[in-house]
Amino acid sequence: MTANTLQENPLEGLPPDGAPLPHAASTAPFEPYATEAMTPEQERVYLASQWQLMWWKFRKHRLAVISAVVIFVIYAMAAFAEFLAPYHYSTRNTDFIRAPGQQVRLFHEGAFVGPFVYPYKLHLNMENLKREYAEDRTQPQKLRFFCRGDSYDFWGLIPGSLHLVCPPEGGTFFFLGSDRLGRDMFSRILYGGRISLSIGLIGVSISFVLGVIIGGIAGYYGGRVDLVVQRVIEIVQSLPHIPLWLALASIMPPSWSPLLVYFGITVILGLMDWTGLARSVRSKLLSLREEDYVVAAQLMGARPRRIIALHLVPGFMSHLIASATITIPRTILGETALSFLGLGLRPPITSWGVMLNEAQNINVVALYPWLLYPVVPVIVIILAFNFLGDGLRDAADPYR
Amino acid sequence: MLLRYILKRILIMIPTLLVTSALIFTVINLPEGDYFETMAAEMQAQGEKADMSRIEFLKKEYGFDKPPLERYFWWVAGLVQGDMGYSFEYQRPVRDIVGDRLLLTMIVSFATIIFTWIVAFPIGIYSATHQYSWGDYGLTFIGLIGLAVPHFLLALVFMYFANIWFGISIGGLVDPQYLNQPMSWAKLRSVLEHLWIPVIIIGAGGTAGMIRALRANLLDELQKQYYVTARAKGLPPGKALRKYPLRMSLNFFISDIGDILPSIVSGAEVVAIVLSLQTTGPLLIRALQSQDMYLAGSFLMFLSFLTVIGVLISDIALAILDPRIRLQGAATK
Repeated sequence: MTANTLQENPLEGLPPDGAPLPHAASTAPFEPYATEAMTPEQERVYLASQWQLMWWKFRKHRLAVISAVVIFVIYAMAAFAEFLAPYHYSTRNTDFIRAPGQQVRLFHEGAFVGPFVYPYKLHLNMENLKREYAEDRTQPQKLRFFCRGDSYDFWGLIPGSLHLVCPPEGGTFFFLGSDRLGRDMFSRILYGGRISLSIGLIGVSISFVLGVIIGGIAGYYGGRVDLVVQRVIEIVQSLPHIPLWLALASIMPPSWSPLLVYFGITVILGLMDWTGLARSVRSKLLSLREEDYVVAAQLMGARPRRIIALHLVPGFMSHLIASATITIPRTILGETALSFLGLGLRPPITSWGVMLNEAQNINVVALYPWLLYPVVPVIVIILAFNFLGDGLRDAADPYR
Repeated sequence: MLLRYILKRILIMIPTLLVTSALIFTVINLPEGDYFETMAAEMQAQGEKADMSRIEFLKKEYGFDKPPLERYFWWVAGLVQGDMGYSFEYQRPVRDIVGDRLLLTMIVSFATIIFTWIVAFPIGIYSATHQYSWGDYGLTFIGLIGLAVPHFLLALVFMYFANIWFGISIGGLVDPQYLNQPMSWAKLRSVLEHLWIPVIIIGAGGTAGMIRALRANLLDELQKQYYVTARAKGLPPGKALRKYPLRMSLNFFISDIGDILPSIVSGAEVVAIVLSLQTTGPLLIRALQSQDMYLAGSFLMFLSFLTVIGVLISDIALAILDPRIRLQGAATK
């Protein structure tokens, strides 16, 4: 249509003869960014920091988010073990040895009473000398909440005796049963979590530092240094972990205090696990050190240590954290296995592995299966860390 | 070319083993004192008068008056000739004590690898080809459970249920009457009857890892263009899978032995203790506790040797399967 009219009257739209021609270009000031204007959403993504992007991507990974919440809750429970546990971890109830778990009930003979337990009546079976516990259904004992119970030092610092839930007056409350000394399993699992979980974190921190330093040196310098480091990594990786852990654990003299043993075990677990991280740091650095900004830093006289720590490592920190998350469960499992075999932590200290050490015997498992309860948090936390690690890795990977 | 590659891999193995042996020797010598001092202390604790001259004699006999470096050389020289040293606690050469157990450890490890393959291979392929189906989710979940449950718990649970359901005791690796017998067909049968339980337990973790890795690997391959082309020109799915992507992931399947073998050997130690298998596990712990250093050291060395050999075999198999790997190896080093 327009083409036709132009052909018929080519001079249409032009000013009369002699008059100045209008400007071919607009006189309005030109805004160069106007053509690339982004919608607010686009702009948000465009301006978001790397961590922000990761967070958005991570949020979509449903299972990983749930796992993160689970991990947070479990760590919080371990952190407030003193308050949440009905008993102190070493409180002995010698009248209730190896009692099964007491069920929390709400209704007594059809009437609502609130949370309560039935007291146990001990009966010693004279035939097999087995302690048999029967619930006394006549008298419900109400649980107390926000009450004063066993005294404790919160984190070994603040003395206190406030508990979320306490056993009823003159009664007992073994939610998950009691062990060979009549100690409450539930309380011990809470306290034990503090040790087992912190070992995971500290062990991974050690391997993290080792991995970044060793991998960083290998990747930055390359050449002969790299070759040596690679061989060492190969050797450490080809060693069977548990036998070597056993050997290292048996080094610790029996005279060491439980706390020293705890640190010793943590260091041992961390010492063997840095190889994976070192590998990924190395391969990243090998490619990144050729970048222009590294050359620029070098020309400005930055020392290798500064370049690695300030310019290179932050660039793939997210990736490193994701890899580290995946190694945490291995450390927790390692502690559990070592303590289970009796070569890890020793009794005054309570960890999940130490508790499981009591369940080593098949007869124990058959007669008192509740002694195996510490395995439940072990499995949950390991699965959660695995899912979280998967989610973080996907989120940290810019190409997904 | 292939021969040169194999030769080079074997040559690399030598320094690896040397460093390993130095590491193990250091670790074992780290604890304060030695077996003889422990023995003297124990004797004194029991009220016996320790015969210091005898202890001095024993120390000299085993070279404990010499510097550690010299002892290390003698130990390594012995190992090379197949002499694993002398156990102080049992008063017999290490070789006599462990001979049978080493064989059983090898059998268990080998069977576990085979088991891992047989289970992980079909499951991994199924999971990858039926991505996000219920079967995929279910199998992945079972695999994860295998990864998360500690070995020793699996062993305990297995023992418990075998006791309840079948009324059998599944501890041990051979029937008691064969314990100190030389290897025979009857004994081998007895071993095979007991073998499946430790193999399943130890294999559980490795299988889970392998399923996940195989699934991820195969999924990557299935998206590549050569596979799409193969399907587009009308190749049936089964054949297209068999012809191309499966062969690619087979590579990784074999190279992964190197990664799972150390964990299999580790798991075997723990499970062996719970199930009281007559493998090396329980003996190793005892030896470590009593500082019976030649026994413990030679054991650890053997376990490391086992994994190094395993990795070597997987590397060689990989080189035969995939010529690209050989070329790469030659080009970069």
